[in-house]
Amino acid sequence: MGAVAFWVLAVAAVACAVTVFVVDSMARATFALLASFLFGAGEIILLGLDYLGVVIVVMMIMEMVIMAVFMVMYMMNPAGLMPMSMVHNQRGSLLTAGTVFASLAAGIFLVPWPARGPHRPADPTFDLGKSLMGPHMLTMMLLGVTLFATMVVTVVLASQQGRYDRLGDDLKGKAR
Amino acid sequence: MVESASLWAVLAVLPLLGGAAVVAVCADRALAARAAGQPYGPRTIAAGVGSDTARLLVGQRRTTLAPDRLLWRLGLIAVPTAAVLAAAVIPFGRWAVDDLGVGVVWFNGMEIATWAALWAAGWGPNSVLSLVGGYRMVAQGLAYELPHMFALIGAATAAGSLQVGTIVAHQRHLWFAVWMPVGFVVYLLSVLGFSFTGPFDQPAGVDVAGGVFAEVAGPDRLILAAGRWLLLTAGAAMAVPLFLGGGLGPVLPAWAWSTVKTFAVLGVLVGVRRSVPTVRLERWMPVAWTVLIPLTIAQDLIAALVAVSR
Repeated sequence: MGAVAFWVLAVAAVACAVTVFVVDSMARATFALLASFLFGAGEIILLGLDYLGVVIVVMMIMEMVIMAVFMVMYMMNPAGLMPMSMVHNQRGSLLTAGTVFASLAAGIFLVPWPARGPHRPADPTFDLGKSLMGPHMLTMMLLGVTLFATMVVTVVLASQQGRYDRLGDDLKGKAR
Repeated sequence: MVESASLWAVLAVLPLLGGAAVVAVCADRALAARAAGQPYGPRTIAAGVGSDTARLLVGQRRTTLAPDRLLWRLGLIAVPTAAVLAAAVIPFGRWAVDDLGVGVVWFNGMEIATWAALWAAGWGPNSVLSLVGGYRMVAQGLAYELPHMFALIGAATAAGSLQVGTIVAHQRHLWFAVWMPVGFVVYLLSVLGFSFTGPFDQPAGVDVAGGVFAEVAGPDRLILAAGRWLLLTAGAAMAVPLFLGGGLGPVLPAWAWSTVKTFAVLGVLVGVRRSVPTVRLERWMPVAWTVLIPLTIAQDLIAALVAVSR
């Protein structure tokens, strides 16, 4: 059952990833990529990492929607609204992709994988977090909050609808 | 407390959620008719809802020039689908379809799926006003989502769990809405946000001829409108286990308390929808990010302190 689900999700993820380069629309390419990520999230859930899997679903939907907005915005043909090829610089990108794939695949065979214990851990997500972060968990959490605060403050300061727009440069009256 | 029902319970989700949504639609129409000075008896309202539904069911589907049919259809169908999937973790009394260990994150994910769904539904018909509606949903999502997530985190922190059943069990003595009022109010606001209704109906705004609704007619329109009401209903139903003690209550059985509380929240949301005018997105965004985010984070700090001291 688990093996069947793994292969179905894996083939679907790769098929959707190929679709990204076959379709001729920025919107469709983005949603094909999203589908690929969602199938990938299914694989993570299959590993027993429920939290990480569902968080990938949450994050990827958000990120792909925002990416669609930016991709459409940056395209040179009228704002990405027209059909267009999704491939360019084919030789260079094939070379890059091939090298990355080969090194990652080699890594799978070369890394000395730890032997699995006799029992499956009660909460694999918790164990994964501990082995990834180790004693630096608190540091990473503080870093996360700091990054988040920086992002919010940057956007708030960069927003055109700030108090200087409402009240003028001297903050005393109407600007418009 | 809350147990996962067997798989057949999936079949009960749509009738229960849909039934509550129909009641909400009728209440909304009655309020509108009363405000317009027209008759608003139960039979008039029911007949109106029935005839509107029948008209949409037999109506012609609209076609536009060079649409992206695939994304358009997928987007439309995804709206009610996301609502039903989100409802899978909401307990009805003592039962939920699946009381997932990460139920709160699951609900969050299904609600965010409406961003993608509405953007695709706006993109699909190759029409300017639809597209504007779809983009507005993304902007709206960016505004409400962060305070919404912090409101959810507050409830999860206070219970020390992302499992909806455990969150209900932790409210045995005191509802989270009582000592986390900020999180509760922000949650209700974001329900109106993700169901693009009430003061947050800009994605379907009248100023852009209905936005995402502009080019959908017939059964397509019925699906999108039903999805919108199902989302509102699912959001109201989720407020009950998160903040109002779920099925906990004296005398009555748990399912009855769930129903009563859900309709109370739904009534408040429909009342707000009818009485508060549309808020412009660029006005809402600064409020959401400069007022609601700090407030909800402060609320989460209190929840964390309570959880640690327990």
